[in-house]
Amino acid sequence: MVARSKKTTWWVTLPMNNTKRIPIIPLKQKIFALVVLLIVIGLYYLASIATNSSPERLINGIPHIYYFVVDDLIPPNWSYYSRVLPPLLETWNIALLSTSVAVVFCLPISFLAAGNINKKAWLYQIVRFLLNVLRTIPDMILAVMFVAMVGIGALAGVYALFFFSLGILVKLVSETVEAIDPGPLEAIRATGGNIFQIICFGAVPQILPQYVSYSLYVLEINVRASLVLGFVGAGGIGLILRQQMSLFNYGNIAMIIFITFIAVTIIDTISTSLRKRLV
Amino acid sequence: MIEFRNVSLTYPNGHQGLKNINLEIKEGEFVVIVGLSGAGKSTLIRSINQMVKPTEGELLIDGENTLKFSDRKLRKFRRNIGMIFQNYNLVKRSSVLRNVLAGRLGHTGTLRSILSLFSQADVRLALHSLERVGIAEKAYIRADQLSGGQQQRVSIARALTQQPKLILADEPVASLDPPTSHAVMKDLQRINKEDAITMVVNLHAIDLSMQYADRIIGLRNGEVVFDGPASSVSEKTFEDIYGRPIKEDDLVGDASNE
Repeated sequence: MVARSKKTTWWVTLPMNNTKRIPIIPLKQKIFALVVLLIVIGLYYLASIATNSSPERLINGIPHIYYFVVDDLIPPNWSYYSRVLPPLLETWNIALLSTSVAVVFCLPISFLAAGNINKKAWLYQIVRFLLNVLRTIPDMILAVMFVAMVGIGALAGVYALFFFSLGILVKLVSETVEAIDPGPLEAIRATGGNIFQIICFGAVPQILPQYVSYSLYVLEINVRASLVLGFVGAGGIGLILRQQMSLFNYGNIAMIIFITFIAVTIIDTISTSLRKRLV
Repeated sequence: MIEFRNVSLTYPNGHQGLKNINLEIKEGEFVVIVGLSGAGKSTLIRSINQMVKPTEGELLIDGENTLKFSDRKLRKFRRNIGMIFQNYNLVKRSSVLRNVLAGRLGHTGTLRSILSLFSQADVRLALHSLERVGIAEKAYIRADQLSGGQQQRVSIARALTQQPKLILADEPVASLDPPTSHAVMKDLQRINKEDAITMVVNLHAIDLSMQYADRIIGLRNGEVVFDGPASSVSEKTFEDIYGRPIKEDDLVGDASNE
């Protein structure tokens, strides 16, 4: 043993027979991490007091959920499907229409919001600022605003989801544009192409797969978002869901949830498998 | 004719790319610009079509000072200058033909080009350019399916489709193996001879420069340190231009294994 520790290879230079423990993480770092952890736990505790949501209440509530599901929701009112399908179709139409229009409008705005295409710093900053403002507005607030503007119904939902998806799409697409290979843009600039030709021939082919993929992704988001928009009067299945809830028709509600679940699952599965093939 | 009169270029970060360049390049010449990386070869070539803009002096082409051109006039002027890049700069996801047709963009209206309404004459011209570099059969294949040498030929075809008076090539063979390098250089030489298109080519390989150039311009630290016919150049000249002894890396090797 003594002979081994006298070897001069690199690994023996570690104090092998020293009794002092060698920390993996320095003590200072450990204390810092511990303090941060305690502060975070403390904040959670304060939040739970402020919202009156102790874990105890949550646990006590579980039986209520159980009885609600078993006694009230089951069995669903199967014959109610004929009343569910038309608003479900309306929900789908709201999502599809708003997404399609947003997909068209997002493209020019995305190029204005991409620093490698739009070299005018002031315009770039203005567009970015407006988009940041747009994205801070939740879809429900947009829906309430448009219900107030154009009245209760599907049109308000279409407007709300159009602006909602425009915000998301421009963010995603403009970031894709900023990450493209600048070489082809340079080559087209060198042939004497103007900015529209640079975009059309240099940039668009490079972003096309991501652009289509993001469009499908936003369609998925919009289908789910449009389900609840009806709660504030923006058309679709949310409208009858709220009605039935205020009438305590739990059998009907179960049917609405069931059909919605199936529809959303189908749409998501198709869209996801399409997107997998794209990128 | 291209004429540099006291041209200097200082980048926004303060780096001086070109220092008081005075040059004349005649029509139909095959000029090779040599120098170590960072010597200003790219800057010199890119200032001709103003992909970078010189900050001082005059750059006359056919007697007109191009540095005073408006954006619109500059685009019109660039139509007559083909450009070839080290990384080919093709749109990889587009077809070969579409990449070559990009050479017609300067001649095509914005709306027509966005709708891809190229005239049949333009399409024929594009195909003919592909024929001239020997890859017409690849017209409908996606650009990223081709080898490096084939991609560089596509970019030569794109430049040819512009029907330019001048072709600028910025390190056109730096990413290619020796036999392919020679093949591409021969394409450029043939175009120079057959169409009387002026060639300005950046190279760092000594043997390629001596073999294909009519005239060699040596740059060091943004200054012209040599300018003379290729026949007058020896390895000693390159040692003077590079400011160090010649190394094996400075040679590409011959085309014997082509």
